[in-house]
Amino acid sequence: MPHYKAPVEDMMFLLRDVFRVQDIFAELPEQKENDLEIISSILEEAGKFCSEILYPLNAAGDIEGCRLENGIVRTPKGFAEAWKAFSEAGWGGLSAPTEYGGQNLPRTVQILVDEMLSGSNLSFGLFPGLTRGACEAIEAHASQALKDTYLPNMVSGVWTGAMALTEGNAGSDLGLLKATATPRADGSWTVTGSKIFISSGDHDMAENVIHLVLARIPDAPAGTKGISLFLCPKILVNADGTLGARNAISVGALEHKMGIHAQPTCVMNYDGCQGWMVGEPNRGLAAMFTMMNAERLFVGVQGLGVADASCQTALAYARERMQGRSPDRAGTVPIIAHADVRRTLLSMQSFIEAARAMVVYTALEMDREKFHPDATIRQRAGENVALLTPVIKAALTDFGFEAAVAGQQVLGGHGYIREWGQEQYVRDARIAMIYEGTNGIQAQDLVIRKLTLAEGLPVRSYFAQIRQTLAVAAAHSNAAPLAEPLGAALDLLEGVTTRLISGDLAGPDDRNAAAVDYLRLFALVSFGWMWVRMVLACAPGQPLPDALVQHKRAAATFFMQRVLPQATALSQQISAGAGSIMALPDELF
Amino acid sequence: MKKILVPIKMVLDANMRPRVKADGTGIDLSGMKLSINPFCEIAVEEAVRLKEKGLAEQVVAISIGPAKAQDSLRQALAMGADSARLIETDGPIEPLAVAKLIRMVVDEEKPELVILGKQAVDDDCNQTGQMLAALLDWPQATFASALRVEGTVVHVTREVDGGHQTLSLPLPAVVTTDLRLNEPRHCSLPNIMKARKKALDVTPVAACGVDTVPRLKVLGVKPPEPRKAGRRVADVSELVGDLRAAGAI
Repeated sequence: MPHYKAPVEDMMFLLRDVFRVQDIFAELPEQKENDLEIISSILEEAGKFCSEILYPLNAAGDIEGCRLENGIVRTPKGFAEAWKAFSEAGWGGLSAPTEYGGQNLPRTVQILVDEMLSGSNLSFGLFPGLTRGACEAIEAHASQALKDTYLPNMVSGVWTGAMALTEGNAGSDLGLLKATATPRADGSWTVTGSKIFISSGDHDMAENVIHLVLARIPDAPAGTKGISLFLCPKILVNADGTLGARNAISVGALEHKMGIHAQPTCVMNYDGCQGWMVGEPNRGLAAMFTMMNAERLFVGVQGLGVADASCQTALAYARERMQGRSPDRAGTVPIIAHADVRRTLLSMQSFIEAARAMVVYTALEMDREKFHPDATIRQRAGENVALLTPVIKAALTDFGFEAAVAGQQVLGGHGYIREWGQEQYVRDARIAMIYEGTNGIQAQDLVIRKLTLAEGLPVRSYFAQIRQTLAVAAAHSNAAPLAEPLGAALDLLEGVTTRLISGDLAGPDDRNAAAVDYLRLFALVSFGWMWVRMVLACAPGQPLPDALVQHKRAAATFFMQRVLPQATALSQQISAGAGSIMALPDELF
Repeated sequence: MKKILVPIKMVLDANMRPRVKADGTGIDLSGMKLSINPFCEIAVEEAVRLKEKGLAEQVVAISIGPAKAQDSLRQALAMGADSARLIETDGPIEPLAVAKLIRMVVDEEKPELVILGKQAVDDDCNQTGQMLAALLDWPQATFASALRVEGTVVHVTREVDGGHQTLSLPLPAVVTTDLRLNEPRHCSLPNIMKARKKALDVTPVAACGVDTVPRLKVLGVKPPEPRKAGRRVADVSELVGDLRAAGAI
C-alpha cells in the first residue's frame, strides 16, 4: 500500500558527504554548534512526525476538502489536532529567531523539513510555510511594536499567517492592483479591497489569522512603485495581547480547484478593516520580495517532495506487482524487471536526488548570505541565490510534476484511481508550477534580470564552479565518464548564455521566447553537476553503504546518458530565436 | 521514588536490511543507520511518564557500546531523561558483561527501579534484565505490558503464554518492557535542542574493573539461503512422490 518515508538517509548523505556542512556551519558563528548529530536527530524526528501524523491525513483531507459554513472555513477532520501537535512540538519555529521563541536553525535544515512536509501532506505544509513567510516579512520590515505583538504567537503556531497579493485583475502584474488603504488618526490604516487565491486565508485550526495585504495609499504612484504592505489581523489584538473585536475581514468564497483540497484557498474581502503598515509607504512590494527567494525555494521543494512521495509508492508497487515475463528470470516477474519500468523509475530518481542536492546547495548559500561574518561572502552568496531562485522554483516544480505523472504511470490503471494516491500527487503537484510566480514568469526573471545581475558576475561564477568540479572529476575513474557529457552540455549552456546576454538572441522577443527552454537547459546542467558531485562523494574508502554507492553511480550514469542529451535539443530550440513564434498575426492563432 | 535507571542499546535500525560482513564474522554496520532499540525506547518512555506523573524525580539513561551510542542517549535525553552515561567499548559485549556493568552503575546511582527493554532486536538475547536482577538480588518482572507504581510497590502486568499475569514487586526492582507497554512519544524540537545541553558522562569500559571477556565464540554468520525457485507439479501423486523423496513425509 502507499506510504511515505522521509528520505533522511539521502539528506544526511548530502549534508555530510557531498556538501560537508559541518565545515560550512563552522564558519557561521550563530550556527557552529549545529553539528551533524543534532541535524540528524532533528530530521529523524521531523520525518517521524510527517510520516506518522501528517501523511495519514493526506488522502482523507483530499477527499473531504475544506468547507465554508456560515462564513467560517472548516478544515478536514484531524487537521486542527495535527496543527496543535505540530505547534506544540515546536516545528513552526525551526528557523525563526530565538527572541521570538524560535530555534534559529539554518535554512538548510528548514528546507529539508519543508520537503518532508510537502511529500507527506502538501495542503498541511502550506500552513506553516505561509506563516513563516509572513513572519519573515514582519521581522524584516515591521516596527518593533508590531513584531512584539505578533511574532511570538505566530512562531509558536497559536496564530497563522496569510499573504494577500493577488486580485482579479492583478496576478503576475501586481502593479495593477486596486485595494486601498486610508490613514486613521491613530496611525493605523483602513484597508479595503478584494483578494483572490489566498492560501490559508481562513480556517478553524488556530485562534487568529494574520493577513499581510498589499494596497495603495492615497496619491500613490501608479504601478508597482505605489504599493504598500499592511498587517491586518482577522481578530484585533488588544493592548495587553488578548484577542478583541473581529476585524472587518471575511471569506467571500473558497476557490474550487484541481488539487490541494485540504488547503483553504480563499477569496478574501477586506471591508474597511484595520491594518498597520509594514515597512515604508509605497515600498510594499520590495518588502514582500525580501522573503520571496525563500518562498520560491519552498515552492520548488514542494515539487520535489510530491515527486518523491509518488516515486516511493511507484517503487514499492513495481517491486510487488507481478506482470509479464522477462528474458532472464523464470516465471511471472515483478514489473521492476521490465526495462521500461526501470527507465521510468530511474528518470524519477535521477531528478529527485539531483534536485534535493540542488536545494541543499542553494539553502547553504542562503545560510551564508544570512550568517557569514564576511560581508563580501554574504554579498556573493546572496547574488548566487538570486540567480538560482527562479531555476529552483520552476525546474523543481516542472520536473516534479513530470515525475508525479511518471509515478502514476508505473501503476497503470491503479495510478488513475484514487486508492493508491498517485492521482492526488499529480493534482497537488500542478499548483506549484503556477503559484508564487508562474514558471513562465520565473524563466523571464532568469533570462532578463538574473543573467545580467551584477554585470553577469553571478552566472559566470556559477559556471566556473561547475568547471572546477569537472576538473576534479577528470582525475577520478568513476566520475570522469560523467564529466565528459556534462562538460559538453555546459559548453552549450555557456554558448546560449552569452548570446542571450549580449549576442544575437539579446532582443526582447528572442529572450522572452527562449526563457523557458533556457531555464530547463540551465537546470539540466545543474542537476548534472550535482550528480558528478554525488559520485565524487562516493569515492572509494568512504564509509558509505555499498547499496547507496551503487545506486548513486547507476542513477548518475542514467542521467548523463538518458536525460542530459535533451540539452542539445534545448540549445537548438533556443538558437532558433523568436522568428517562428512572432511571425504569425494574433488573429491567425 | 528518587531515581529510575534506563539501560538502552543502540542497534541496526529496524528498517535497514542487514548485510553480513564479507569474512562472515558478523553484521556489517559501517555507514548503516543505527537507532535506539525499540524495546529500550519503550523503557525510556515509561520512565519519563512516571517522572511526569510525579512518581519519580529523576531518570538516568545508560548505554554500553561504541561512542556512536551517544546518539541513542541523546534521543533518550530528548524524550525526557535528565542525564545519561555511556560506558564506551568498541569490542563485542555479551549480556552477562552488560548486566555486570549495569550493576556497577546501579551501585553508584542507587536507583529504586531499573526499566530495560525485554530484548534487543539485533541478537534477540532476552537475558540482560534477568541477569541484572539476579546479580542485584532484586525482584524482577519481565515482558511488562502495564506498570503501576504505588508507594514502594510496583504492579506489573506481564504478557505470558496463557494471557496476562500481574505481579507486585517491592522496590527496588527490575522490569523489562514488552511492545504494548506504551507508544513512545515524538520528541519536540525544543527538547531535541535542550538534550544536547544535558549531562552525558562517558567512561571507558577499561576503567570499570568489570570482566567483559566474551564467553561465547562466534563460529560464523551467514545470511539465510535465498528461497529456491518453485516448480509446478502435474498432479497429487507427483507432489506426494516429491515430498517423499525430500523426506518431508
